[in-house]
Amino acid sequence: MRFVDEFRDPAAARSLIAAIEDMAGSEHHKFMEVCGGHTHTIYRHGLEHVLPESVELVHGPGCPVCVIPMGRIDDAIWLAEQPDVIFTSFGDMMRVPGSKGSLLDAKARGADVRFVYSPLDSLRLAVDNPDKKVVFFAVGFETTAPSTAVTLVRARELGVTNFSVFCNHVTIVPPIKAILDSPDLRLSGFLGPGHVSTVVGIRPYRFVPETFGKPLVVAGFEPLDVLAAVAMLLRQIREGRCEVENQYSRVVRPEGNPAALALLGQVFELRPHFEWRGLGFISQSALRMRAEFAGFDAEQIYEMPGVRVADPKACQCGEVLKGVLKPWECKVFGTACTPETPIGTCMVSAEGACAAYYNFGRMHREAAQLVGQSGLR
Amino acid sequence: MCLGIPGQIVDIVDADNHLATVDVSGVQRTISVRLLEKDPPQPMDWVLVHVGFAMAKIDETEALLTLAAVERLGEAYREEIEAFDSSSIV
Ligand code: SF4
Repeated sequence: MRFVDEFRDPAAARSLIAAIEDMAGSEHHKFMEVCGGHTHTIYRHGLEHVLPESVELVHGPGCPVCVIPMGRIDDAIWLAEQPDVIFTSFGDMMRVPGSKGSLLDAKARGADVRFVYSPLDSLRLAVDNPDKKVVFFAVGFETTAPSTAVTLVRARELGVTNFSVFCNHVTIVPPIKAILDSPDLRLSGFLGPGHVSTVVGIRPYRFVPETFGKPLVVAGFEPLDVLAAVAMLLRQIREGRCEVENQYSRVVRPEGNPAALALLGQVFELRPHFEWRGLGFISQSALRMRAEFAGFDAEQIYEMPGVRVADPKACQCGEVLKGVLKPWECKVFGTACTPETPIGTCMVSAEGACAAYYNFGRMHREAAQLVGQSGLR
Repeated sequence: MCLGIPGQIVDIVDADNHLATVDVSGVQRTISVRLLEKDPPQPMDWVLVHVGFAMAKIDETEALLTLAAVERLGEAYREEIEAFDSSSIV
């Protein structure tokens, strides 16, 4: 129980772990944490080692950096290399490999690629550089998409004409559904994403219990939140219930954020289909800009190559994103693929399962084995 | 990139355009509070800040607990604060 002492409230952690052990019994439970933020917390705090062996956590597709396919990165690089373009992106996307390198490589070759904190910073660059064309590389789930929506509304209000968005926003429900539809994985339930749910609320997850008969608990990001959510899932199973519950009610309201949802609806519509790295095409799983915003839509303004590129052969991100493989089971993990030279996307962002495991997991795993050998546990 | 960091509203600088100054760990920047237009935050209120936007109002206890948790992220936290520090929105 060495790790438990690092928790904010070790006593609460101990009693949650005891409750989990008690409720889990001898049956094997496999819960998927959908969100990359949870993956980070789990590895960072070694949660998989404090849980009983009968409770397994597997990673899901909820890291927005990890799910962008190669072809879209190639398009981003193509945009960045157009004359007079200032290409702006969140820092996390800069190192994601496309088929011919990353945005950072394009920058080294002379493209004007800049990292921004907010889409509004990108709009600011457009206002300040009227002789340039500023493109914002929009990625993210419903957590981030409303920010892009506000930025577009603001761009229109300000009458900015040299600003556009390369939209890669994705939605959380379709990949969960795709995973439930696939025969690869037998899950006992889900830890639902926290910050996405501040926007969408908890209603969109109802199909998980109703259609697929699995419980889902929306969870916060502290280690205690994750443990509490696991306990809530087990309690549902034990009591024969199957529902959507909200462990993170101190931040997530059941109805989500209506203003953000209204803005999303005003600016975006669903794409018929979108390619996800490792998961293939998923219908109605991503957002594009409505016709009223065509003047700001990089896909309408520029003739991008739009070529579909297969993932590198060595890369097993798809299996990692579906929770079928653990990061360390990928053949190139930690050898050819490291955070410095990522082959796949899961190694890039701090929320990617491979990067999180590379940074923290191994340490905990080795320590846990030592503790195991010495019989302390 | 999905980090949400708690910040405390210092001042509403432009109510019409939903702009507010927020203090995140001692760094003050302008953010947009338009996503909370149905229930606008006031000075002293705590909000969850993500890519230059207030995402949700949170109470002070939650804010302080979350702040302590994200500070423990180390590198990721420092990068987020640096990025926040670099921000200058319109
Ligand atoms: S180790 Fe690299 S290539 Fe393998 S799954 Fe992880 S990110 Fe993908």
